[in-house]
Amino acid sequence: MYFLIAGGGKVGSNLARGLIREGHEVTVIEQRPLRFDQLEAEFEHQVHRGDATELFVLERAGIRRPPDVVVATTGDDEDNIVICQLSRDHYGVETTIARVNDPRNQPYFDLLGISPTVSATASIMGLIEHEVPQHGLIHLLELRKENLEIVEITIDKQAACAGKTIGEVVLPEGSRVISVVRNGRAEEPYGAMQLEAGDALLAILEPGKEDELRQILVRG
Amino acid sequence: MIGCGRVGSAVALELANAGWEVSAVDEREEALGRLGDDWAGEFYVGHGMDIQLLRMAGIEDADAVVVTTDGDNSNIVIGQMAQKQFDVRLVVVRILDPARAEFFKSRGLNVVCPTQSAIETLTNAVRTFEGALS
Repeated sequence: MYFLIAGGGKVGSNLARGLIREGHEVTVIEQRPLRFDQLEAEFEHQVHRGDATELFVLERAGIRRPPDVVVATTGDDEDNIVICQLSRDHYGVETTIARVNDPRNQPYFDLLGISPTVSATASIMGLIEHEVPQHGLIHLLELRKENLEIVEITIDKQAACAGKTIGEVVLPEGSRVISVVRNGRAEEPYGAMQLEAGDALLAILEPGKEDELRQILVRG
Repeated sequence: MIGCGRVGSAVALELANAGWEVSAVDEREEALGRLGDDWAGEFYVGHGMDIQLLRMAGIEDADAVVVTTDGDNSNIVIGQMAQKQFDVRLVVVRILDPARAEFFKSRGLNVVCPTQSAIETLTNAVRTFEGALS
């Protein structure tokens, strides 16, 4: 596959290394002169110098082919947004991936349909949530396009649903249990299956229904 | 007014003189100085992409938003936010790069490109001179 990486900092350059190692074709765009010189010594013709939000720079780097994936990894969120908008809407690139530097800018990415996005802060928060599940509910996967998410909920001893069957537990509308993990084994849920304390339920639901679901399954 | 440099401050003053109620936002506190000692409008210090700050500055009730920070890409994303999220009726965005200006104009943004204006003015000046020669 052909990847165009905008921004050759730590993220962009390591990404390029990894992709090249896997046999992909990669072009990196880097604006800062010093950084460009370093990259050129390593990546040679695979790195272009310039501002990746300028159309002629993108074109010189081969955006008209177009690349299979454009990854915007600069340190400026507004630049990453514009790079993705130009790639997608002007050059017909099908997949764009954007780095979010400041999580407070996430609404801009969402509003303009720039997806998927990757944020170090959000990833670490997710890990913390997973390691310290204070809220009894762990986000596993977000399916933005489908407006769905998959969460994991562990049933504790106090939960009112412990001891009830799945059929007896009324879940919020738009949510459903897709798997029950018991003693390390995932089982397919069925109506007469009895829930036990310690079971981990995987549920699919619409974002925003987490609290309702938690009420029913955790606090009961 | 988001961005209150040489251009933004002058536009803010013109509009305030014309009777508009103006709220200005700029990253640098010194920008307030450009608005003069008699500035009666509001002034907020902070980044123009800070949504909370924009709300504080009154973007939700604004009839018009003019975006003239020193970054083309900041202006592009702030302008789209004002238009799509806050439904501001008139959003005018300054973009210095003619290529990006043209593209975002085609995407429904109200764009002013001073570079393009300068190109046209300069070209016309030479053409007029040329006409006078022949």
